[in-house]
Amino acid sequence: MANHTGDSGSFEDLAMPLFASLYNFACWLTQDRAAAEDLVQETYMKGLKGFPSFRQGTNFRAWIYRILRNTFLTSLAGLKASVSLDAEDDAPPEPATDETPESVLLARLESESIQRALEELPVNFREIILLCDLEEMSYQEISLAIGIPVGTVMSRLSRARKALRGLLATKPQGASQ
Amino acid sequence: MSCDLHRDTLDAYADDSLSPAELERVEEHLRTCPACAAQALARMQMKRATRAAAANLALRPEFRMRPEFRMQIEAGIRRERRPFWKTARLLWLPAAAAALIVVGLSTTLLMRHAARNQAVAELLDLHVGTMASSNPVDVVSTDRHTVKPWFQGKLPFTFNLPELQDSPYKLMGGKLVYFKHSPGAQLLFELRKHELSVFIVQEQEGLLSMGAGVTEAGEKGFRVETWSQGGLRYAIVSDTGAGDVHALGDLLRGAAH
Repeated sequence: MANHTGDSGSFEDLAMPLFASLYNFACWLTQDRAAAEDLVQETYMKGLKGFPSFRQGTNFRAWIYRILRNTFLTSLAGLKASVSLDAEDDAPPEPATDETPESVLLARLESESIQRALEELPVNFREIILLCDLEEMSYQEISLAIGIPVGTVMSRLSRARKALRGLLATKPQGASQ
Repeated sequence: MSCDLHRDTLDAYADDSLSPAELERVEEHLRTCPACAAQALARMQMKRATRAAAANLALRPEFRMRPEFRMQIEAGIRRERRPFWKTARLLWLPAAAAALIVVGLSTTLLMRHAARNQAVAELLDLHVGTMASSNPVDVVSTDRHTVKPWFQGKLPFTFNLPELQDSPYKLMGGKLVYFKHSPGAQLLFELRKHELSVFIVQEQEGLLSMGAGVTEAGEKGFRVETWSQGGLRYAIVSDTGAGDVHALGDLLRGAAH
C-alpha cells in the first residue's frame, strides 16, 4: 500500500531502514557514486540536525526524501540538472493522440533500455517517476517530498511518463550509447 | 479514448492514489470497458517494469557503494548524539558557555550525591568545569618548582608537591579556586590521557565531616579521595581507577611530611 504515515521513533530507527533506497535514489539523481555517497551523507547529517523539527507521527519518508532532493537541487550538479524545470507544469494538457500505446512499448522493454531512458529524462521527471513507481509513494507523499501541490504532482507525473514513453518509442531496439 | 475516463484517472488508478469513491467508479467502468481495462493493465505493467529497472541502479558496479559507507553514517549519527560533556572533556572545548552547561549538567546529575555530600559535588563541578574550560589552568607548567611558587601570595597557606620524575603522573599546571568560600589550589595532573584534579584548601569546620577515604561519585565514573593532613584538606577528583587515584594520594602524602 502506498499510504505511509504516522512515523515516530528515534532518528536512527526511522532513517537507517531507508538507507539502501536513499542511496539508490541518490545514484539516480547524481549519476555518480562518490556524489551519491556525499549526498546521502549530507542528507543524514541534515536530517539528524533537523530531526527536532520533524513532527513525530507524520510522514518521515517524505520528510527525508525532501531533504535529499533539496540538498541535491542546491548542489552544483543539481543546479545544472534542474535549469528550466518547473515551467512546464502549467502548460495545457496535450491531446492524447499519437502516443505509442504502452502495450506496444512493453513488448520492446528491457530493464536496460528503461534505465537508459530514465537517465536521459530531465531530473524533475526522473525523480517523480522514481518516487511514484519505485518508492511507491502516494501522490500525497510525493507532494510532501517535492513540495508541490497534489494537482501538480499528477500533471508532472503525466508529462514525465509521456516523455519516458517518447524516449522508449524512439530508441532503436538494442541501441547502446 | 473512446470513453469519458481521463488518462490521469487511469494513472491514479495504477498508482493507487484514487479516493475510495473514485476507485469504486473506475473499477465499475473497467469491468465494462475492455479498452480502458487494457490501458490500465498496460500502465501497471509499465509501472512494474520501471520499478524493476530503477531498483537496481545501485547494484551496477560503477554505483556500488564502499562497504564501509553505511557504517560511517551510523558512526556519524552516534557521534552527533554523544552527550556534550564527554566530548568537552576529551577535547577541552574552548567555550565558556560550554563550561556553564557542563557545570549545570553535572550539578543536576549529581544531585543525589550532593544531598549526601555537598562538598564532593562541589569538587566534582570544579573538576568537570575545568575539563571543559579553554583555559583549564592559570599556571601552565610541568615543573613543580614553577607551579608551587606561583601560588605564593595568593593563598594563606603553602603546600608541597611531590617529585614525579619516576612516576607515571605528569603535572599540567594549577589555578586558584574557591572551595567552600575559601581560596585553595587546584592542581591538574595527567595519567594516560586521564586528568586528575588535586584540591588543597585549609581545613575548616565544614570539611571535617568529609573525613578520609574514597567516594565513588555516581554513574559517571568519577571518584574522589580525600584526607586531612597538616591542617590542610586534600581531595583528588578523577575518572581514572581507584588505584591510580590512591597512588597519587600516596605521593602527595609523602611530600607533605
